[in-house]
Amino acid sequence: MSTNLANFLYLIPIVAFILALRFLSNPGHARRGNQIGALGMLVAIVVTWIKTGGTSWWAIAVGMLIGGSSGAVAARRVKMTAMPQMVALFNGVGGGAAALIALAELHKILPDPGRPKLDIGTAIALSGLIGAISFSGSMVAFAKLQELIQGRPITYPGQQFGNLALLAACVGLGVTLIAGVQDEWLLWAVIGGAAVFGVLFVLPIGGADMPVVISLLNAFTGLAVAVGGFELENNVLIVSGMLVGASGTLLTMLMGRAMNRSIANVLFGAFGQVSPQAAAATTDGGTVRSASAEDVAVMLAYAHKVIFVPGYGLAVAQAQHDVRQLADLLEEKGVEVSYAIHPVAGRMPGHMNVLLAEANVPYTQLKEMDEANPEFSRTDVAVIVGANDVVNPDARNNQGSPIYGMPILNVDSAGAVVVLKRSMNPGFAGIENPLFYNPKTVMLFGDAKDSITKLIADVKNV
Amino acid sequence: MSHTTLLVFELTILVLAIFVGFEVISKVPTLLHTPLMSGTNAIHGIVVVGAMVVLGSPHKDAFSWVVGILAVVLGSANVVGGFVVTDRMLEMFKKREPPKAADAQSDGKSAE
Repeated sequence: MSTNLANFLYLIPIVAFILALRFLSNPGHARRGNQIGALGMLVAIVVTWIKTGGTSWWAIAVGMLIGGSSGAVAARRVKMTAMPQMVALFNGVGGGAAALIALAELHKILPDPGRPKLDIGTAIALSGLIGAISFSGSMVAFAKLQELIQGRPITYPGQQFGNLALLAACVGLGVTLIAGVQDEWLLWAVIGGAAVFGVLFVLPIGGADMPVVISLLNAFTGLAVAVGGFELENNVLIVSGMLVGASGTLLTMLMGRAMNRSIANVLFGAFGQVSPQAAAATTDGGTVRSASAEDVAVMLAYAHKVIFVPGYGLAVAQAQHDVRQLADLLEEKGVEVSYAIHPVAGRMPGHMNVLLAEANVPYTQLKEMDEANPEFSRTDVAVIVGANDVVNPDARNNQGSPIYGMPILNVDSAGAVVVLKRSMNPGFAGIENPLFYNPKTVMLFGDAKDSITKLIADVKNV
Repeated sequence: MSHTTLLVFELTILVLAIFVGFEVISKVPTLLHTPLMSGTNAIHGIVVVGAMVVLGSPHKDAFSWVVGILAVVLGSANVVGGFVVTDRMLEMFKKREPPKAADAQSDGKSAE
């Protein structure tokens, strides 16, 4: 098959991918869109298969069989609560593949006399660099989310300077390579250095900031693939990679805006270290009121309107099905139930929506922040399940708080607030939450799943 | 087509792709941001095409073999895993349940 014909046929996957993203604008036919995308991918693979004219076909087949089957098994087995790590993992392997392609391409063209063309050389160095950062960064994100390493920021003196110097060194080596020093080891050094940088870059970022990091790494992989398209002179790689790059960039910006923090602050702020001043803020020696499940059950059963506010704790306790059961029970008693979802609740964009969808909560009950906030004043009880910073009134009121300025869910304007929480430990970011000391608030201590189970039993008895 | 013409052409489609990407993705509701992430994850699995080109090129030495196969393995794991996970997620997003009827039945059973 000629290159022209192949490029022409590559229009099919390109259109399919754009349609796949387009269909995602409506939950009703999003799934069809994904299937169209998968079909487009199949076309791309078949066209490429024919184009390579059967060279090493068995090696390609074996590689695809190994990769494809392990991908399929992992994707089938993974629990919905482990979705953020899964996304990080697939993101990383894509970046890794882009870096490997850069290595192979350089290896192929280097023996030729004369240096690689400027643009091809640039593309090779860039996709190696970005792909390697994306690979190792995603692996660290995976390890953090899987709790193989601690989620808190890992910091040491001179960290930012060291990281910057390392990145600069990698870029410098890349430039040397592009300038025409013919040595494959230069690219190895770029990729190796970038891989170390990826690790060091994600280590100091706290778990609560993971939505930003995952989106950013997603953008990186897309970019690495698009640049890879330049080195292979392949349109479908350029377009698809850049679509992903645009998507990841947009999500990163949205997440930053949802926390009212600049992306730079998220990436380099090592947010989530316990700062004593902040911890001492505005609790004013108030007292915490703890309640029994029976008390809370009565509150809920006699309410007109209840809003659940899920957070990462819901995912950890895997309590989504139980929450849904409790909600059903309340609805049967005539209570109006909905869910208020903060954009950065959980560990990746839209994390809570997926969990609740898994528990068969209809998506019409899931309210975004802007939609939910005016509702709280008409709400009798707001039930906080494993959320903390996204309902912390200090973000509104206390200029000294590290999260000051972050838009939050205004649960304190509800008639009463019930907080399901394991203990009084401050949340992930180590920030004290005055909501717990609010006279309207009662705490229901214990594992979220156990607490909800008790509530279900008690609501039945009311 | 000369090499420079090709490069300019490629840059043109790159820039257009950026704008198409922003345009399409800004219409995705926050509700579907996780499937968006995993869906785009699957799309960058297109890297497998690049890996196939590498492995499918003639005149390879041992190094190219190893790197090529590894890239194909990673790329196809990316493609298959990405689409399967996204499909699983999207399958779960449902409208208002064929409501009450089903619920009332099941709850009726458990109560009696």
